[in-house]
Amino acid sequence: MNSQKLKVQQPTAPTRPGTVVEFVGVVKEFSGMRALDGFNLSLHAGECVALLGPSGSGKTTALRVLAGLESTDAGSITIDGIDVSALATSKRDMGMVFQSYSLFPHLSAGENVEFGLRMRKIKPAERRRRAAASLAMVGLDDHFDRFAHQLSGGQQQRVALARALVTEPRVLLLDEPLSALDAKVRVQLRDEIRRIQTELGITTLFVTHDQDEALAIADRVAVMRAGNIEQVGTPEELYSRPATPFIADFVGLSNRIDGLVRSAWAEVYGTSLALIDPSTPDGPVTVSIRPEDIEFAAEGLAATVVASSFLGSLRRTTVRLGDGTILFLQHGVRVHPRAGESVYVIFTGAPVSTEPVGPASVAQQQY
Amino acid sequence: MYVLLFLAVPTLIAIGTGFFDNTGAFTLVTVAALGDPVVLTTFFNSFWLSALTAVVGAVVGAAVCYALLGARPDGPLRTTIDSLSGVLAQFGGVMLAFAFVATIGIQGMVTLYLRDTFGLDIFENGVWLYSTTGLILPYIYFQVPLMIITFMPALQALKPQWAEANATLGGSTASYWFRIAFPVLAPSFIGSLLLLFANAFSSYATAAALVSQGSQIVPLQIRAALTSETLLGRENLAGALALGMIVVMAVVMLGYSALQSRAARWQQ
Repeated sequence: MNSQKLKVQQPTAPTRPGTVVEFVGVVKEFSGMRALDGFNLSLHAGECVALLGPSGSGKTTALRVLAGLESTDAGSITIDGIDVSALATSKRDMGMVFQSYSLFPHLSAGENVEFGLRMRKIKPAERRRRAAASLAMVGLDDHFDRFAHQLSGGQQQRVALARALVTEPRVLLLDEPLSALDAKVRVQLRDEIRRIQTELGITTLFVTHDQDEALAIADRVAVMRAGNIEQVGTPEELYSRPATPFIADFVGLSNRIDGLVRSAWAEVYGTSLALIDPSTPDGPVTVSIRPEDIEFAAEGLAATVVASSFLGSLRRTTVRLGDGTILFLQHGVRVHPRAGESVYVIFTGAPVSTEPVGPASVAQQQY
Repeated sequence: MYVLLFLAVPTLIAIGTGFFDNTGAFTLVTVAALGDPVVLTTFFNSFWLSALTAVVGAVVGAAVCYALLGARPDGPLRTTIDSLSGVLAQFGGVMLAFAFVATIGIQGMVTLYLRDTFGLDIFENGVWLYSTTGLILPYIYFQVPLMIITFMPALQALKPQWAEANATLGGSTASYWFRIAFPVLAPSFIGSLLLLFANAFSSYATAAALVSQGSQIVPLQIRAALTSETLLGRENLAGALALGMIVVMAVVMLGYSALQSRAARWQQ
């Protein structure tokens, strides 16, 4: 896979643009447990929406319900305004890539890609031409006759992607397709999926538990919790304006610090920070501050460096304040604090979210 | 060492005795006896008996495996069937022969019940239980459990994602079974079939306990060559017969090994 050249290929054919998908009040229960609890989501034509959430949040169930692999207990799913809730999977015209490798092991890569066309009774010559073009689109045009056991994990998922797209489906469903791959291949294939999805303009639902993946690949991200959507928005919106502390905590790294809200300002360790939401009621709160919104300074809050990690293009440093509070900072790699070093830090950005807390919690703070 | 002492050395001795006479001189006469019409008939009997019981055992065993797929692997039904299969697959021999004699022998419980209650005489056309035909039922009795043991892992290795991929690609239940599941299972099924064939072909004790007259299958003919008063002194013929069996078994096991290797690759 690593030696595989990433070829920028033209898509085989544009898929039908304009497919709109809507979940309306979908309920799905497993043995009395609600995996989807009145789930609502709209996918606009040609957009890629990532369903992001922790294990058990219902994201895979939502995708499987859309595919028809699970039935719904209530609510409806429409594609271009037509209710498909009762339609068999084979009639829904969707392409799907699975989390685990799902190529048919007795067929070559080319035959795997041809499978959907064979089911549609396309003539052999046309099947072969389209399968070859689809494999070329994912950069595997010279792997037509290889079998699954002769392909790397990344190559198998590329073939699975080609197989899902060759029939020009109305919707592409991706069920954690990168989770079994190693980090470098994952990023390569992620970018390639995004390129192909954009070029084809195919409406796509991408399920993942990896926030980096979701933020990088999707036009919009829907964060799920307990069978429903906590917030849906662009990656930028989710990161900079999380609707709830759960989102602030789940999407990106946050420092959760106790503070006090007074007239749309939060006081944190003696620093007044403007709140994104000015309607936040006065009172004690826990604020979420991004690591890049805390900086080293010549003077400010005294702290001791606990650890500092090199992350390639940036560095993440952990410091401990005098009262024992731990803060994470994200900064350029040229600054390299050493463990045990005394430093000063200041808050430079607004908290991304606030959560009311009881007075006892604030009483522990020293201003 | 174990394999060397109890498999390799006896095999080499068996092969060797086929090529040497009683004085130790090299000869092809004994091996040429494999072409004798009586010997050929015996091999033919062993072949059809093994093939028939292997096919029936494989089909019935595979059907049982399929029926068990819905049961929880750690549930009481599966664990009971698994345990029973493990025991019954090794149940051949005198015990099994006695069980059949006691149930469907001439004075067997079932035989008498059918005769007294329904007037049905299962031996109306002859006492088939003590002939080659009579070996079919006892052989199937241990072939089915062996099939369950060997084929169940292959059936369990069918990935649910293959069925789901088939459905999302527009396939039907029939296309799943005929284009995906059956081809994927084929090496395991045929491999298990070969194993069952080999199992029946080399089986001796059940036949020895049931069939007292004649030597209709190869293992019984080897016994006759070693012990019969009329054939006394023809141990080398036994060696040649064993050589014939070894050749058959080697071919079968080579095929089994090749198929298992393909099945394992597909089930990764």
